[in-house]
Amino acid sequence: MATQSQISSDILKPPATQVGVVGWLRRNLFSTWYNALLTLLALYVIYLITKSIFDFVTTANWGVVTNNLSLFMVGRYPADQVWRVKTSVSIFVFLIGASWAMWRGVAQSVAILLAAIFTAAAILPFATNDRLWMAGNLALVGVGFSVGYFTRARRVLVSAWLLSLPVIAILLYGVGALPQVSTNLWGGLLLTLALALVSSVASFPLGVLLAVGRQSTYPALRAFCVGYIELIRGVPLITVIFMMQIMLPLFLPSEITVERVMRAMAGFTIFTAAYIAEVVRGGLQAIPRGQIEAAHALGLNSILTLLLIILPQALRITIPALMGQFISLFKDTSLVAIVGLLDLAGIATAAANQPEFLGRQAEVYVFIALIYFVFAYGISHSSRRLERSLGVGER
Amino acid sequence: MSESESNNKIIIARDVHKWFGHFHALRGVSLDVQRGEVVVIFGPSGSGKSTFLRTLNRLEDHDRGDIIIDGIELTNDIRNIEAIRMEIGMVFQSFNLFPHLTVLQNITLAPTWVRKWSRQQAEAKAMELLERVGIPEQARKFPAQLSGGQQQRVAIARALAMQPRIMLFDEPTSALDPEMIKEVLDVMTDLAESGMTMLVVTHEMGFARGVAHRMVFFDEGKIVEEGTPKQIFQNPQQERTQLFLSQILH
Repeated sequence: MATQSQISSDILKPPATQVGVVGWLRRNLFSTWYNALLTLLALYVIYLITKSIFDFVTTANWGVVTNNLSLFMVGRYPADQVWRVKTSVSIFVFLIGASWAMWRGVAQSVAILLAAIFTAAAILPFATNDRLWMAGNLALVGVGFSVGYFTRARRVLVSAWLLSLPVIAILLYGVGALPQVSTNLWGGLLLTLALALVSSVASFPLGVLLAVGRQSTYPALRAFCVGYIELIRGVPLITVIFMMQIMLPLFLPSEITVERVMRAMAGFTIFTAAYIAEVVRGGLQAIPRGQIEAAHALGLNSILTLLLIILPQALRITIPALMGQFISLFKDTSLVAIVGLLDLAGIATAAANQPEFLGRQAEVYVFIALIYFVFAYGISHSSRRLERSLGVGER
Repeated sequence: MSESESNNKIIIARDVHKWFGHFHALRGVSLDVQRGEVVVIFGPSGSGKSTFLRTLNRLEDHDRGDIIIDGIELTNDIRNIEAIRMEIGMVFQSFNLFPHLTVLQNITLAPTWVRKWSRQQAEAKAMELLERVGIPEQARKFPAQLSGGQQQRVAIARALAMQPRIMLFDEPTSALDPEMIKEVLDVMTDLAESGMTMLVVTHEMGFARGVAHRMVFFDEGKIVEEGTPKQIFQNPQQERTQLFLSQILH
């Protein structure tokens, strides 16, 4: 500390008011006897925290994570079929790389985040095969970027993105020549992401429809939407998920069976849609009446006015709140553990209970907390990039 | 104009009434407008002049009376309303440009979606109109990047892009700084000289004197007096007209 200040004072002379480290300490930390006391107390607390982190890091045994890596990632997805999950990831990675080259913006943030994850994972002491695969994906980001950079085929890329969702769904679930892998076998991060992604994609249009319906001039439609939104917002998420698990089969004819994961997805979708509806309603109400009048005066009918004038503005101002909803949906997927599905959090509990890794809960939960954080931060960061590229608050 | 006067009427309003709750906003307004005529509507605030203008393209529905625009009667039939709105352009006090679209997109939106023009056709027309209102260099900007006067000129171009037969102006210069009023009035004068049928709610008496064929004075939901600018300015018949003019012409 002292040497550092010595060096910096040599390079850059401090202003006359600055009297070096000791002066700064005296002024800010030890100005009175009680400030001195508080400073010492704070130092002691910092010492305790640092020591426990140091102890944890030096004594941590990450075997529970590295040995169970495939369990954390895909759950009980059959080992001989895991290539399908890996291919799906690679498709996504390639497309993100290409999008980075063409659009920058959000794609750039996601691509850089992915590249960072792959780099970190390739360095960490996982099994050699896994590390090679991570490094391969890192290279694939670059390949995607180059392809995007040199072809600039925007239309192809948009179609590829639209096509990628059903392709990945078919690849993972299995149709025809591919042996079917029931979603009951999905687990870990795969299940968490599948739940979050499917529920987000499905709940968004449903929520927008509910918000628009709530503003409708038709009393029956409005009453239905208000009833739905208030009912769902009035009950805890857990009860909705239980309802879907237990009640849904009672309402459906007995020959139709819906897999438990699908029922959970339906539960999350129904629940999140009600919240999205309220967020979007806030956006709809913020659009001045004059916008609708101007659109009508130009001869646009009500549907065109909604699609071209109102929704684009309303959705743009609700991006921060919408992303908040998607982040909470992503984290709330951990609740499926209570209906017996082994998502990332469920796998964590199972792994921590393995007899050979007894007492290693801390490592397990630090690991999955890190995964949740990286994804949640990714969504939040992308949302801010999206706001900036759409000029939210500027026009 | 005199021989074919009856079928040359592009707007016929007969005994139009409008209530907002218990408030009787329009109390039997009758006004006929000829093709190519420029009518300035003026009067104290709350006198129903804006409301009357807004009944003509059904932004407000009238409760009694008849409105016939270019031979089509304005009823609750949504197809009639849409047909009439395509023929009527409207310019608002607060511009009401679409903030999420560029100037060019603001202008091409309705022609491409309602008139089903191709993008090239709509953009060519939009550039021509921007040229006409004097700001072709602003085409790629967003409304928030323009001054008030420029925004209002874009709004005029946007309304004209639908090639309307009638233009309604609802206090088009009231929200503008004084130095920007002239640039908008110049565009409106140019439009009037091109033979457009125009109904203008405004207190710009200089514009009325120079451009209007007829002036209509509204008070308490009724037309109190109408006449040529010369009649209105030099020899107003009604006491209320005299009083109002003396208040706004210092």
